[in-house]
Amino acid sequence: MSKPIVATASLAGCFGCHMSLLDIDDRILKLIELVEFNKSPIDDIKTFTKHCDIGLIEGGVCNTENLHVLKDFRNNCKILISVGECAIMGGLPAMRNGISVRECLEEAYINGVTVGENKKKIMPNDEEIPIITDKVYPLHEIVKIDYYLPGCPPRADLLWQAVVALVTGDELNIPYELIKFD
Amino acid sequence: MKEKIISIIETYGKTPERLMDILISVQEEFRCVSEEAVSLIASELGISEADVNQTKTFYHFFTTNPVGKYSVYLNNSAVSGMMGVAEVADEFEKQAGINFGQTSPDGLISLHYTPCIGMNDQEPAALINSLVFTELNREKVRKIVADMRDGKTVESMVDEYGDGNNAHPLLKAMVKNNIRKPGPVCLGEYEVGKGINKAMSMEPKAVIEEVKSSNLRGRGGAGFPAGLKWQFCAQEKGDRYVLCNADEGEPGTFKDRVLLTERAPMVFEGMIIAGWALDAKEGIIYLRYEYRYMLEFLNSVLDDLRNKNLLGKNILGKGFDFDIRIQLGAGAYVCGEESALVESAEGKRGEPRNRPPFPVQKGYLDKPSIINNVETFCSAVKIVENGGKWYKEMGTEESTGTKLLSISGDCKKPGVYEVEWGMTIKEMLDMVEAKTTQAVQVAGPSGTCVPPSQFDRQIAIEDLNTGGSMIVIGEDRDLIKDVVLNFMEFFEDESCGSCITCRSFNMILRKQVQRVVDGKAIKPDLDNMLEWGKIMQNTSRCGLGQTAANPIATTITNFRDLYELRVKDVEFQSDFDLEKAIAESCEAVGRPPHVHE
Amino acid sequence: MSEKVKFTIDGKEYEGEKGRLLVDVAAENGVYIPVLCHWKDVKPAGSCRICTVKVNDRYMTACTTPIDANMTVENKTPELEDIRKAIVEMLFVEGNHFCPACEKSGDCDLQALGYLYQMMVPRFPYAFERRELDAKSPKIFLEKNRCIFCKRCIRMIKDDKGRSFFAFKGRGKHLEITIDEKLAANISEELAQEAMKICPVGAILRKEVGFSTPIGQRKYDKVPIGSDIEVLQK
Repeated sequence: MSKPIVATASLAGCFGCHMSLLDIDDRILKLIELVEFNKSPIDDIKTFTKHCDIGLIEGGVCNTENLHVLKDFRNNCKILISVGECAIMGGLPAMRNGISVRECLEEAYINGVTVGENKKKIMPNDEEIPIITDKVYPLHEIVKIDYYLPGCPPRADLLWQAVVALVTGDELNIPYELIKFD
Repeated sequence: MKEKIISIIETYGKTPERLMDILISVQEEFRCVSEEAVSLIASELGISEADVNQTKTFYHFFTTNPVGKYSVYLNNSAVSGMMGVAEVADEFEKQAGINFGQTSPDGLISLHYTPCIGMNDQEPAALINSLVFTELNREKVRKIVADMRDGKTVESMVDEYGDGNNAHPLLKAMVKNNIRKPGPVCLGEYEVGKGINKAMSMEPKAVIEEVKSSNLRGRGGAGFPAGLKWQFCAQEKGDRYVLCNADEGEPGTFKDRVLLTERAPMVFEGMIIAGWALDAKEGIIYLRYEYRYMLEFLNSVLDDLRNKNLLGKNILGKGFDFDIRIQLGAGAYVCGEESALVESAEGKRGEPRNRPPFPVQKGYLDKPSIINNVETFCSAVKIVENGGKWYKEMGTEESTGTKLLSISGDCKKPGVYEVEWGMTIKEMLDMVEAKTTQAVQVAGPSGTCVPPSQFDRQIAIEDLNTGGSMIVIGEDRDLIKDVVLNFMEFFEDESCGSCITCRSFNMILRKQVQRVVDGKAIKPDLDNMLEWGKIMQNTSRCGLGQTAANPIATTITNFRDLYELRVKDVEFQSDFDLEKAIAESCEAVGRPPHVHE
Repeated sequence: MSEKVKFTIDGKEYEGEKGRLLVDVAAENGVYIPVLCHWKDVKPAGSCRICTVKVNDRYMTACTTPIDANMTVENKTPELEDIRKAIVEMLFVEGNHFCPACEKSGDCDLQALGYLYQMMVPRFPYAFERRELDAKSPKIFLEKNRCIFCKRCIRMIKDDKGRSFFAFKGRGKHLEITIDEKLAANISEELAQEAMKICPVGAILRKEVGFSTPIGQRKYDKVPIGSDIEVLQK
């Protein structure tokens, strides 16, 4: 039987959740025995080459590129999991939600105290740059999400146990210490 | 400003308990309660500014910035919507050159929306500087705004007076009574003082027994037996208070407006009788600010009663002292809830209290108090006059006597009807000459939306209970958008917010209805709405939260097909709107809002 | 003198002084009923509704219900636990609770209830309403995004003349917690500390004080909220 295929991505996140995945230490050897990785920063596969069983996504959606990747994942993964606070509720990037995106951009590029010289008051507007959305969206507000793994980052043990449970079909009993929102 | 405010504060005895009156006087005098005013009031009363502000910001007729010299509060409730408020609002905006929520730069006009002002039988209606303007249309609005520009007084802008006491020199209101069917209790023959004379010839206990024997139940909507309430209160020790709930805020009800206009002495008489029965010294009638236009008139009625020795010191020479003061509200639906009303009358935020203790134990100023509806007091007068037995012969077994119905909406004869309990909805629709009725909203937004298949149900506490609001909804109305959404917006605005489930669920559920209207909802959303509504009902502290999901629950139950036409039968659907999500940032940086895949 | 009465919670019999609040008596008997707004011996607010129980088959808040003889109380039933979970979720979507950036994280009662009920994602949509921060007071930082309107500060933090430092402003969806600028200018160190302590979330913070307890040693890192009460269960 072929191994289940896993894909991962980081959208408006900090890669902390991916770091936490690496934090499973030597169990990573067991993990690659259990699953095969496809599109993921871990193996640097940039585009889906196969239909995947599990997609793990950290980060929320803050721009059109995130949106594109998220939809791509939904189309290519049987099970899609929101990993970490940003994916689940926008996380720290979502602290800008409620503030108008214009105000955010102006603060970042024109008015902020740390802004260098910008006499022409230019804000990045090249067509190649993804467009920033009005707020940072939790993933489940855009596509159907099957499971959620909270934490900032989710504890390595939580990620490990959840993935193992999913591929083995074993019941997942999460100990109290593993569900954390920070 | 300082001297004036200090004198206002002194008028009300310089006590925080009268903060409402102080704030109302300041608002009326200066068209706002400014930060300076708050600061002054706080220091004069010896409370913190935060404390003054917490009362001030609870009520929507208090403003921090001045309202216009002419402030227009246009009713945007569901029935007003049916009667064409959108056009009226549009004309106001055009003529005044401002939007609702704004004040004209010259300070002349400000436009505001306000929930039901008790004029559902003559909508669209507005309060302009607290005077009522009814049956508005584009033409009338043009004339009103032109009059404003000519500097006319609002009083002189009322050119025709309504019937009955509406034409009284102290009322001079264009309001119509629209009494379509007087009955034998509240709107029947009435002679001032007869009830008091009878009551005071009886032992207080016997008065309570008489009311108990009538099985009169509270007319505000909750239906608690009035006599029992009086008895519980009489059993408590301490100074007792008699409060009258004239905060008729349930959208669609206006019968108390008519009683206060045509039967004001009777309302007070009921309070005096209760005062005698409970050996109380003081009565307070809590009058919603929407009925501010009646204040001088009502005060004159009180003076009249004092002159007749039916109120004040040594009533009828029997050593009984009892007086009544009028407490104005300032715009908050929740104050119709009796414990919120008490809080408000004490000068605080109108947040409902936790029970126990009940108001009969600890009410106004933590003293034993009864709070009864205007109509309940009127009924009590007749019960004392004619006996509980006489009263019980009317109505049904469980709902005795008569009920005033405020009927409005899509019918030929909107108005006030005094009918015996037990009438069916069908009979009622015939009575008001309603045709092609889609639904009847019984008891206002917090009540039930009744479909034609249930029109044989009875208007009675044991079947379809109502505080009086009956809204007829015609066939061509968009029930979900015009009615349910409007009601949910109302609850969202009127939740006091102090208990989580009511505050939060009203926001959540209003958004869900909006999603249905926008075509963004999916089938499972309907069951979620029902389930969430149930949680709100079970966990909210007061009647507002416990009933606020009713517009949704009763329409999903009774009109499910209307919802199903609007929701998609898919497992998942996103509300995400790409165009909207990128519009602002593209505009800000100056790039075309195109996304290429 | 006080009268003792017997009553049951989830089928088990307990005894307590008649008229005392159910939530307190339960706690003394080792039965945890979750609370957010309640504070022992302070006039109950009954505002958070998380202590909703069923008393003789009626929904009541345990923090406002005095105990009486023959009361049958339901507490840890699936239905009530789901209501409580819904309330926690509701608070998470209504305010802006960014746990990873919150000073109170690990010691926060709301978060701890999220852990207790294993909230993976709220069932309700996030509101993301903008709320203001108030840093004008020299000692207190008021983070309105995190306020859950429990009224503890309003009820408990007063000056020697009985004036409130904290108060609500607005109503319904516009409700916000405010601090009286003039009074707060002179708030004592003790009261400022107390205000932070009683706040169940991270809405009231003593300025110039940072994280002091390492992650792993905070109040709710290893044990669920209510464990201190449940150990008393006989």
